[in-house]
Amino acid sequence: MVKNILRSRGNLSRAERSRKFWDSFMYWCFSLCGLSAIAAVCGIAAYMVLAGTPAINEIGLFHFLLGSRWEPTAPQPAFGVLPMILTSVAGTALSVLASVLVGTLTAVFLEELAPNRLRQAAQATAALMAGLPSVVYGLVGATLLVPLVGKAENALFRGSSSHIFTGGANLLSASILLTVMILPTAIQVGGISLRAVPRELREASLALGADRTETAFKVLIPAARPGIVTGAVLGTGRAMGEAMAVMMVSGNAVNFPLPFHSVRFLTTGIVTEMGYSSGLHRKALFSIGLALFVWILATDLILEALVQREGGGQSA
Amino acid sequence: MSGRLTAENFHLWYGENHALKGISLTVPEREVFALIGPSGCGKSTFLRSLNRMTDLVEGVKRKGRILLDGQDIYLPGIDVTRLRKRVGMVFQKPSPFPMSIYDNVAYGPRIHGVKARSQLDGLVEASLRAAALWGEVSDRLKKPALGLSGGQQQRLCIARALAVQPEVLLMDEPTSALDPLSTGKIEELILSLRSRYTVVIVTHNLGQAVKVSDQAAFFLDGTLVEWGPAPELFGMPKDRRTEDYITGRRSLDG
Repeated sequence: MVKNILRSRGNLSRAERSRKFWDSFMYWCFSLCGLSAIAAVCGIAAYMVLAGTPAINEIGLFHFLLGSRWEPTAPQPAFGVLPMILTSVAGTALSVLASVLVGTLTAVFLEELAPNRLRQAAQATAALMAGLPSVVYGLVGATLLVPLVGKAENALFRGSSSHIFTGGANLLSASILLTVMILPTAIQVGGISLRAVPRELREASLALGADRTETAFKVLIPAARPGIVTGAVLGTGRAMGEAMAVMMVSGNAVNFPLPFHSVRFLTTGIVTEMGYSSGLHRKALFSIGLALFVWILATDLILEALVQREGGGQSA
Repeated sequence: MSGRLTAENFHLWYGENHALKGISLTVPEREVFALIGPSGCGKSTFLRSLNRMTDLVEGVKRKGRILLDGQDIYLPGIDVTRLRKRVGMVFQKPSPFPMSIYDNVAYGPRIHGVKARSQLDGLVEASLRAAALWGEVSDRLKKPALGLSGGQQQRLCIARALAVQPEVLLMDEPTSALDPLSTGKIEELILSLRSRYTVVIVTHNLGQAVKVSDQAAFFLDGTLVEWGPAPELFGMPKDRRTEDYITGRRSLDG
């Protein structure tokens, strides 16, 4: 027996050799694909650091991150991005919280209460909306949402002499628009994670005399929480990276983030000025890119760790 | 209020599929009633009709009556959550909620409005004791229920069902996912529950049915072939088909 095996290793048949060749060939193909993805990420990271650090060195990390004036073309230029950072944080946090809340409740309604046909229609709509290009959202936001928010602003601040009127292009509009943009994903991910909850849990709760609402809030949503957090991660990525739609409704002035302030996000900061900047100004835009990159990375890692811990708690 | 169940010519359809065909039987109070029969014979459907879990299936239709202490549980005005409080259920797969042992058992009482801490504590301890689990978990009530072994999880599910103080306990193959040792413990537990609850149990394990049941019913293709005291049904079945099933003869397949 052992002898046979030893011998057969020495003289492989043609077919066997060909199989072996294809197996190792495909192995290298897959490895190459995987490595190139990693290489791309590392390359981008390295480039961001190389391109982003010179301006920060020149301006000073403190002045760059915590400076509140962004006046790149003034005689005495100032490169403080704190207002943009805070705007991105506020806009993202608001829209992710709102869309996860609304999305989860919508998913509960669709999965647990809605009739079959309505659920299917809503799921198809959500899938469609998740795929719409952001400029379409921007257009709808600029023509429908901004005027509405503008009216609210006019009513709220009527007669105020200190308020700078935005005509509706402000943080509130941007956050609402971002919420709408993330919502389809939140609904989809919420639905998937609710459907993944074992049927036994739902039945056990109902069999104890709980109604469908109690079952949803006390058993299903807690059981689906890791999935819902994943949805929040996806939403955060989209909200932070979004530039086009946000630029069309946010007013684009560098201000601290209050609902009725025109604001500029980190992303829109780059887009707006890339065309005409030069010298230190241009380098500073790359530094904004670096700040955005680091921040997205950090948020991802934190949320990822949160998911891991949730998952660990489940199985422990 | 004693937990006596009666089915009167009960039919049930899943869409076009006639799953139960005129079932009539009486489950006496404070006895263990076993439902046996081959897979797909309707015994689980019948069990789930007793606490209206079949309502959850879309396109289900039914005819006939099921009475709990003389009251039709399918009457329009019946509060299903109150019915399910009176008729508890334990499932095939242990299904503890992803929360602590304590919160699992307290889930039902809380749903039904028990808020006082001392009262909850008492119910949790009594239920865990009744499910023969108290000694194993009393020092880790705040730990996640999913950390328990499969057999412990199933006893926890029994405790959880007992905590709402039901009159009837329905068990749907409660040991089919468990090892022999855990199965033995659950069987002992079922025998001990008989003094306080009416128990209806679906089982594929004939030995188990013989061991735990006072009464038994044999289902085949959605019909009730025969039912009666367990020693008679298992010892000298009246119907040929029951005998074939019990003795393992293959004629049922043909």
